[in-house]
Amino acid sequence: MSERIIEFRDALNEALHEEMERDPNVFIMGIDVGQYGGVLKVSKGLYERFGPLRAVDTPISEEGSTGIGVGAALAGLRPVVEIMYIDFSCLAMEPIINQAAKARYMFGGKAKVPIVIRTQGGGGRGNAAQHSQSLEAIYAHIPGLIVVQPSTPKDAKGLLKSAIRNDNPVIFIEHKLLYNTKGPVPEGEYLIPLGKADIKRPGSDLTIVSSSRMVLFCLNAAEKLAEEGINAEVVDVRTLRPLDMETIGDSVRKTHRLVIVNEGAHTGGLAAEVMARAYEEVFDYLDAPIVRVTSEDVPVPYNEKLELAALPGEQKIIEAVHGFF
Amino acid sequence: MSEVLYLEMYRKMVLIRKFEEQARDLFMKNMMRGATHMYIGEEAIAVGVCAALNKGDTITSTHRGHGHCLAKGGDPKRMMAELLGRATGYCKGKGGSMHIADLDLGILGANGIVGGGVGIATGAAFAALYRSDGKVSVCFFGDGALNQGNFFETANMAGLWKLPLIYVCERNRFAEFSYTDQYFADQDLTKRAIPFGFPGIEVDGNDVLAVYQAAQDATARARRGEGPTLIVADTYRIMGHTIGDPLTYRIKGEVEGWQDPAHDPILRFKGYLLEHQLVEAGRLEAIEAEAHQDIASAVEFALASPEPDVQTLWDDVYGKEYEEL
Repeated sequence: MSERIIEFRDALNEALHEEMERDPNVFIMGIDVGQYGGVLKVSKGLYERFGPLRAVDTPISEEGSTGIGVGAALAGLRPVVEIMYIDFSCLAMEPIINQAAKARYMFGGKAKVPIVIRTQGGGGRGNAAQHSQSLEAIYAHIPGLIVVQPSTPKDAKGLLKSAIRNDNPVIFIEHKLLYNTKGPVPEGEYLIPLGKADIKRPGSDLTIVSSSRMVLFCLNAAEKLAEEGINAEVVDVRTLRPLDMETIGDSVRKTHRLVIVNEGAHTGGLAAEVMARAYEEVFDYLDAPIVRVTSEDVPVPYNEKLELAALPGEQKIIEAVHGFF
Repeated sequence: MSEVLYLEMYRKMVLIRKFEEQARDLFMKNMMRGATHMYIGEEAIAVGVCAALNKGDTITSTHRGHGHCLAKGGDPKRMMAELLGRATGYCKGKGGSMHIADLDLGILGANGIVGGGVGIATGAAFAALYRSDGKVSVCFFGDGALNQGNFFETANMAGLWKLPLIYVCERNRFAEFSYTDQYFADQDLTKRAIPFGFPGIEVDGNDVLAVYQAAQDATARARRGEGPTLIVADTYRIMGHTIGDPLTYRIKGEVEGWQDPAHDPILRFKGYLLEHQLVEAGRLEAIEAEAHQDIASAVEFALASPEPDVQTLWDDVYGKEYEEL
């Protein structure tokens, strides 16, 4: 299949166009997603093509609009709800955690809630503490939810299409500093399965597990480490729940060393979960203790120097790896 | 109105009362876990509203939800089995009293969160608008729920989009263990609809025919595409918040006044039907005996049903496609 180089946001936009074209039950709702084309420009053109009933502008009412999405999903539609920043999803935790995640189980398996909550996560742009959080671990903690965090335009498109077709509630987290990134995306129809990690760079000396924007840092770090003769394998988990421990385990069995890089805060984060699972499943293959590179346990600060100090970065990853050798 | 409709309304009201009395007795015998909430004294609201609905119309219910479920056609056998945590229950023993749903009957679930149904019901109404299928969505909730923020968010969108939705506020005068009037800045709850541009009407919630008429008007308005209605149905919560509530907060002698033939919704309806010679007394007595038998059979069915196998613990957290991930 031939490929072209497009932006991450355009890859997401294509996924929405294609899925809304394919299935009349798919619609998008959120703040300014319709006439304005979306603050993130991910929904551009949908209003013009599909009209106001399928590209629905909502008031600034995150709990209400997410709740309406959950109800519409229970009633048989397939909503994509855009929450402008993941920080604002805190206003919608009731419908997400108490309703969407539990309806199927609580009602004895007869209900399904095929909703995708698309939201923008992460820091690095000086948006400060209420617009820069990485809250993926909160949602990955909830049975009944699927949590996706793509790192490339190709993955973003294929994973979003799969998320829309999936009958479970999916939290789809797009990093704010990935929207402008470019990468190869196949022409035509393709899907990327949920729950499958991807080895973004094969290597033999250690495994670096990551997701979302942190994968780019890991790949850059791996290139620099290669110049020193350290050959890192970079595993992009892509889906945080369910976690593809098979791929992570296979990699660790090969490299015997594991670094986990996650933008969430240190305590109780995704890195802690991957670490625990790795100790449970591949402890005997490890030659050294597992190392975590995460955000510091502070709210994300505004000043650039402070923010860089708070977030994981290339140099911190390289330093963590140097600890092994 | 036809005799058939009168008899069906009477049958449903008596069925709810007998179901609740039986559930209360089983709870007092420690045969139920958790908490359960009685609808005794409020039967006219669920029955009056649901009599105005079609099978395809949807409802959302509350923690005090047995009455809504039976009024919409729920099976007392599967309900009682669920209350007793049996595998044959509506939720296969995973939901209990507060989470009964039957999507085939348009019952989009009771809800353990006060006000938890407003988003879902508004979403179901959105789905009806989206599909232009003529369905109406009803959202039952208590007066305590009217102070939840999500009511205001969803009522705004429902009014804005003229959704086919009926908010039914059961003003039973209590929010958990307090009189609700101490929590309303303005005691006229119908005003809660004014800012959103749809009518709020008050109705005697212990008069099933008045409730039925109000619901008829509201469904007709909704089906004409004119938007939502808020019905505030005045009633009285005869029992405590939960079974076992010591009722220390309640004014002495008040409850008795609501149980006399001039107030109790079943005695009132019976008196009305007989006084106006709309049905024969013998028909009503036969219905009472039949309802008694139906509930006895429901208990028998529930007690004879097996508990769920522990192996089912993991079933239905996700749909099958997740297992393939």
